[in-house]
Amino acid sequence: MKIELRNISKTFGSFRALNDVSLSVESGELLALLGPSGSGKTTLLRIIAGLEDADLGSGPILFDGVSVSDRRVRERKVGFVFQHYALFRHMTVAKNIAFGLEVRPRCERPSRVEIRRRVRELLELVQLEGLANRYPCQLSGGQRQRVALARALALKPTVLLLDEPFGALDAKVRKELRNWLRRLHNEIHVTSVFVTHDQDEALELADRVVVTNLGKIEQIGTPDEVFHYPESEFVMNFVGDVNRFHGRLEDGKLCFADLWLEAPEDRDGTSGPARVFVRPHDLDVDIRPNGTPSLRALVADMHSAGPVVRLVLRSEGGHTLFAEISQARYRKLGLRAGSAVCVTPHNVRVFPDSS
Amino acid sequence: MSQGGGRRARTLNRAFALKRHSVLPGFGWTLGCTLLYLCLLVLIPLSLLFFRTAGLGWSDFWSAVTAPRVAASFKLSFAASGLGAALNAVFGFIVAWTLVRYSFPGKRLIDATVDLPFALPTAVSGIALTTVYSRTGWIGQLLEPLGIQAAFTPVGVTVALTFVGLPFVVRAVQPALQDLDPEAEEAAATLGAGRWQTFYRVILPTVMPALLTGFALAFARALGEYGSVVFISGNMPMRTEIVPLLIVSELEQYDYQGAAAIAVVMLVASFVILLLINLLQWWGARHQRREGV
Repeated sequence: MKIELRNISKTFGSFRALNDVSLSVESGELLALLGPSGSGKTTLLRIIAGLEDADLGSGPILFDGVSVSDRRVRERKVGFVFQHYALFRHMTVAKNIAFGLEVRPRCERPSRVEIRRRVRELLELVQLEGLANRYPCQLSGGQRQRVALARALALKPTVLLLDEPFGALDAKVRKELRNWLRRLHNEIHVTSVFVTHDQDEALELADRVVVTNLGKIEQIGTPDEVFHYPESEFVMNFVGDVNRFHGRLEDGKLCFADLWLEAPEDRDGTSGPARVFVRPHDLDVDIRPNGTPSLRALVADMHSAGPVVRLVLRSEGGHTLFAEISQARYRKLGLRAGSAVCVTPHNVRVFPDSS
Repeated sequence: MSQGGGRRARTLNRAFALKRHSVLPGFGWTLGCTLLYLCLLVLIPLSLLFFRTAGLGWSDFWSAVTAPRVAASFKLSFAASGLGAALNAVFGFIVAWTLVRYSFPGKRLIDATVDLPFALPTAVSGIALTTVYSRTGWIGQLLEPLGIQAAFTPVGVTVALTFVGLPFVVRAVQPALQDLDPEAEEAAATLGAGRWQTFYRVILPTVMPALLTGFALAFARALGEYGSVVFISGNMPMRTEIVPLLIVSELEQYDYQGAAAIAVVMLVASFVILLLINLLQWWGARHQRREGV
């Protein structure tokens, strides 16, 4: 099922949650809505589900080209997984999963045997066989999450919407469930949209990522595009860590932190003040200059963080830089606090101040 | 607490596995306090009832509590109280729902009004009810052409017993409604449930324990009510005489044993009913612990 949203706006009182947003989700795609809290991503998800109505004057919401704007929630047939699972506390796991089937009108309702078979299938799918007769309060967070997913899938929805699906889980369970959801999506291929504020989750899980900020879409792209070619300063800042400088563009040259570089191709023609961004892992650290323009700096501090070492560097001009190098590189250079190093930036992103 | 007392308490704890280790010690102390308090206020005075009644032989007791006038009053008391509590369960629920779910001007005022039956001296409300529901009263006037006479009939008794029970249901149900997870209702909607299905499959079962508590409290209060009923009922033996009133009239005739016998039956019956409701409520709530995250 392909989903299209055209010119959607939503205001709560005086707060503009969504400002003229258009988006299309391809059939069978797993799409992430990534943004800080208050950026409108959950509102967008709820509007797709029909739990919220867009403002008057907004464009249509199309499912496979057919407008569903005036269909109510229950008629849209979307699967929705809530942030806090919203399981029915007084029902067993099996009853929770069967709920969607049991509330159907009598003429469409499957037989009891059929419902039981379907529940068993779904329990198998979410790997919770044997927990059918437990109550939600007897399950762990990850298990509840999977029950919520099974419940949403019981009606074989053509669209699956997940609101911060892993938000309330601890780091390890979150990773496991993330991989599991990816595998599940590969298996059943239902068009899925999930909301998250965790960039790792979005980059790792999604086919495409939509970065939202202040009720607008900042960028839509594959995880690679969003991470390596951010189109705006906001995306650069929000997706991944970043070093930020004030610099100047002049005649195809870029100057920042006492360093002159060739300006990136997309900023060739412009001149004037600009903001300059480099990711920590795009800073090459060496003991000696290697021929390319580089900054001289001293190692102020360092943290060994798992597979990488994070360096805090102080340049001669007084700038503080954050760099990330591998453990192997770190050992080869034999760095210690106070070591003098040369720093060469790569993949510099520049945004002129006027924009 | 003495050494011996401590040891006894420990043995007791082990025997019944009542005590769980906790950071705040004091189980023995608090249980002792609880029992003392209940004894002084409830158990000792009530057990006197049984001693009184014991002076009566079994057959005397039986004939005292099955006399036609007594039986009629039992029937009226339990039926009117039950009916009143049931009415309150329905309409009290609606009142609580309105107060929790919607905001409208005057909401605070209505919220405060609910508590009035708590606060008024019951005699005052009895007189007020009688005035309004009597044949010439504001509401009684309207009921008259419909062939309904409220004052001095069982209808009036039920009205008074409903009146005193209302706050119990509203106040018991309100927190449960506030506690409802709005996402659960939305989840039901995304799963295709209609409003009515969402109500009786999701909301009602969640609120049921609180509603039962409210019902039980309203029922208990109505059984013991005296002041607000005496005026509106007219106290006609066999027709509009409630049990508390009958007990008082027996006392006025210095028939202490007869009064005690009736009271014992009343006591046992209400205790059993309340116990059953509590069990039902406990059974319904056993899986409703808040989902901790």
